[in-house]
Amino acid sequence: MTSLSLEFFHSCSAGAGSTKAFPNSFSKRRIRPSHIQTHVSLSCSSRIFSSYSCSATLSSMAEEVEKQTFDVERAALLVQELRGSFNSGKTKDYEWRISQLKGIAKMVEEKEQEIIQALHEDLSKPESEAFVSEISMTKGSCKLAIKELNRWMMPEKAKTPMTTYPSSAEIISEPLGVVLVISTWNYPFLLSLDPVIGAVAAGNAVVLKPSEIAPATSSLIAKLLEEYVDNSAIRVVEGAVAETSALLEQKWDKIFYTGSGRVGRIVMAAAAKHLTPVILELGGKCPVIVDSNVNLQVAARRIIAGKWGCTNGQACIAPDYIVTTKDFAPKLIDALRDELEEFFGKNPMESKDLSRIVNAYHFIRLTKLLDEAKVSDKIVLGGQRDEKQLKIAPTILLDVPEESLMMNEEIFGPLLPILAVENLEDGFDVINSKSKPLAAYLFTNNEQLKKHFVRDISAGGMLINDTILHLTVSTLPFGGVGESGMGSYHGKFSFDAFSHKKAVLYRSFDGDASVRYPPYTPGKLRLLKALMSGNIIVIILALIRWLRSADKIDQ
Amino acid sequence: MEAKEGMEESLAGLRETFKSGRTRSLAWRKSQLRALLDLLRENEERIFKALHQDLGKHPVEAFRDEIGVLEKSTNFCLSHLEEWMAPKKGPLPLLFFPTKGEVLSEPLGLVLIIASWNFPISLALDPLIGAISAGNTAVVKPSELAPACSSFLASSIPLYLDTKAIKVIDGGQDVGEKLLQQKWDKIFFTGSPRVGRVVMSAAVKHLTPVTLELGGKCPTIFDSFPDSRDLKVAVKRILGGKWCACSGQACVGIDYLLVEEKFASTLIDLLKKELEKFYGENPKESNSISRIINKQQFRRLSDLLKDPLVRASIVHGGSLDEDKLFIEPTILLNPPLDAAIMTEEIFGPLLPIITLNNIEESIEFINSRPKPLAIYAFTTNETLKRRIISETSSGSLTFNDTILQYLCDALPFGGVGQSGFGRYHGKYSFDTFSHEKAVLRRPFFPELEARYPPWNDFKMNFIRLAYSFHYLGIILLFLGLKR
Repeated sequence: MTSLSLEFFHSCSAGAGSTKAFPNSFSKRRIRPSHIQTHVSLSCSSRIFSSYSCSATLSSMAEEVEKQTFDVERAALLVQELRGSFNSGKTKDYEWRISQLKGIAKMVEEKEQEIIQALHEDLSKPESEAFVSEISMTKGSCKLAIKELNRWMMPEKAKTPMTTYPSSAEIISEPLGVVLVISTWNYPFLLSLDPVIGAVAAGNAVVLKPSEIAPATSSLIAKLLEEYVDNSAIRVVEGAVAETSALLEQKWDKIFYTGSGRVGRIVMAAAAKHLTPVILELGGKCPVIVDSNVNLQVAARRIIAGKWGCTNGQACIAPDYIVTTKDFAPKLIDALRDELEEFFGKNPMESKDLSRIVNAYHFIRLTKLLDEAKVSDKIVLGGQRDEKQLKIAPTILLDVPEESLMMNEEIFGPLLPILAVENLEDGFDVINSKSKPLAAYLFTNNEQLKKHFVRDISAGGMLINDTILHLTVSTLPFGGVGESGMGSYHGKFSFDAFSHKKAVLYRSFDGDASVRYPPYTPGKLRLLKALMSGNIIVIILALIRWLRSADKIDQ
Repeated sequence: MEAKEGMEESLAGLRETFKSGRTRSLAWRKSQLRALLDLLRENEERIFKALHQDLGKHPVEAFRDEIGVLEKSTNFCLSHLEEWMAPKKGPLPLLFFPTKGEVLSEPLGLVLIIASWNFPISLALDPLIGAISAGNTAVVKPSELAPACSSFLASSIPLYLDTKAIKVIDGGQDVGEKLLQQKWDKIFFTGSPRVGRVVMSAAVKHLTPVTLELGGKCPTIFDSFPDSRDLKVAVKRILGGKWCACSGQACVGIDYLLVEEKFASTLIDLLKKELEKFYGENPKESNSISRIINKQQFRRLSDLLKDPLVRASIVHGGSLDEDKLFIEPTILLNPPLDAAIMTEEIFGPLLPIITLNNIEESIEFINSRPKPLAIYAFTTNETLKRRIISETSSGSLTFNDTILQYLCDALPFGGVGQSGFGRYHGKYSFDTFSHEKAVLRRPFFPELEARYPPWNDFKMNFIRLAYSFHYLGIILLFLGLKR
């Protein structure tokens, strides 16, 4: 399966590469194949790329042979150039890192309107939402890194055992080298810049590949970064499958990928060839358990904010489905209906406060989930759609069959199925029967249930009595487990994600115990045992015994 | 050797155990760690014997590098486990009040540990200490190239540890391949980069995180010393880091020495003198030095010496005995840099010395090669030390000694670049086998209206102020004094 998709991936890149290779320097030019705007069905870096979407790419490439093919050779040149910058040592410099971070902060500050505009173009993202989840989060990350960098870079003292006395030790964070960040389209600005901030703070050279599915944001990022940061060490490559596979052929010191498990596997397989460590930020079906003893209005609002208030459900930590009790389900549905009307008006299709579906491909994917037999008749709210505007109304479904597509694939859209169970602990079994999600949510006032939830459910992160918010807390690591990914970031965790923790041990020439060296004798074994125990009294006793024995300290 | 179905069945059993939650309790983890200590203490002689059989390791070396290390790690883990398991608080901004955030370390599930043959006991059990302390169920696959140790582990572990949670599956490459096809929650591998790639490629199928403990050519920078006493200690430590660690068959062992040209002959004389003190006039007769693991490795090493230019660079030793699988401690002076001995990891008792005009050139020399697992530097020059720290990259860096960083529980042990990724030892072992789960707890009150649509200017202003933690501004906004 993996090898198949990889092969497929490579055949794509070969097809694109054969069109024409351009050796001229691309250092000052942004690479952006023109087909990406017309072929919205292409979705390599984020969710799915089927053979359907790929053939579309290839045919379009054939028609519009572009002068800007980014192939393996050019990718190699790019990496070589950045490696040169990294080897010069400038990116390790505290001053350089700070100046780049300040550049990014300034860019976000000055170009706020342009960024909001691009996000609107790509996703109809409401301004407030764009500001909250993309602008502010990026700015916050940047400011935190600027403020804390000094502390993060400080070597960490480590204790040394008696066995190695006299010695001292420290752990030094050093940059990994040249890293690749592959971003996605749902938070196209934040999820591109946030990892880059970590990479730069840690002193790496970095190549960012934003998602071609959000073309306006992608090209804006390419344009802005060229303007605001040091292009000899921070670079953007725009593009789709061909460009991504050309990049993945290269040797990186770390690859940070946000997107689907399917492409995550391709990234990891490519990384295995060069023994490159990867961070995979994937998704999963994030469950919400709702108990009957909660403040219903507040719970409903927080669920809505986490679902439809996050790019209309197109978020990796958005609630995917709700589990609640049979008795409580109708009350919860009523509350959700009331609050949805309060938020998005009587006709949500007209609301300016909802994002649209990113492209036709995903629109079709979502309607397929809805139109499946035994699913379509479970809609209790919403269900309206407008293919032309790529809009789907907030939709709630009750008791969708467990074997349906909707309950087995990540929904990633404005559909919210509710499962009604006899008691909530049954909900735990439902969750545990699926792969580990990126986030799990629980609404309850029952302390016992909270305890069991935290103990029995494994998820990247969990949040009790709210949604999404844990993402904004920089002191918490953000990342998945199992199918939802590996590695974590945010705040200092981002810095660590792009650093190597080098152990440094300092020894003096005093206190050299000849017991370490041959020729070995039974006396040395006894003393060694004492030394390794780390117990000072045992050591002294053994030393006395050893000195009195036939063995001599050979100096 | 188990059939594939048998393997799948026994792994299903381990998964059931994990699901039951038994391995999560502090009591279970501690009981297993204590049982491991019992295993080591009660079977010391058997372990010595097995290591002697597989590698000709002397008991002192066996204790220092295997049993002793393991006892120390287990004790360290036992005394800190409770503190590691405690949730860590994540401080939150005032805006979130009264929210609580914490990071919980939870076990990953079922993990696979693939050990290597050079320290066949410690490289199998040291990661296991981490896996147990983090509350996982585990399968250990010892190296079939150290058969006595492998069968010792397979027979003794079930007698001491919880057989429903920890299994040893021994066997050759076919067993290893079958194991890699299974679904794991983590794979911890110690060995070569070549097999490391195979392991990582197999892990892709189930998106399994891996820790790869590989090797590399660990260089030693040897500055000249004004103090002859220091010099003598330094030379001993070189020997300690080369031939005393499984006769150079160690991933953190010294691979080659970098020294200034004018100093080379003094150093070689000292090395020879100490070698004689350590192993006598005829090292083949010494029981203090390990032998080469097997014929294949022996031939690989003797092939390294076959190149006539390499052969000609031998300044000490060089005698081989295939029947006894013995290779004499061998020193080479300036073998060609493009010869296999200088491009591949040596992993044996051959020590090339490369001379430089100036010791500072060693930094460039090291940087032009893949990142090693360890760099050793003998120097008292503080400027040089600082340069080495900031300008070279390696898993670890030790000044004025060798191998000892491996013993420090407070230091992460692991590679970077070609020498691997992920780290272990002490708390790092615990972390390697844990998932750090972020848990945020919120009350239902207070509730901030401004979080929700329909959006308006007031909400936008509020959010702006909130994100900059401008509390005064927020108050003014609510009082209608700020626009």
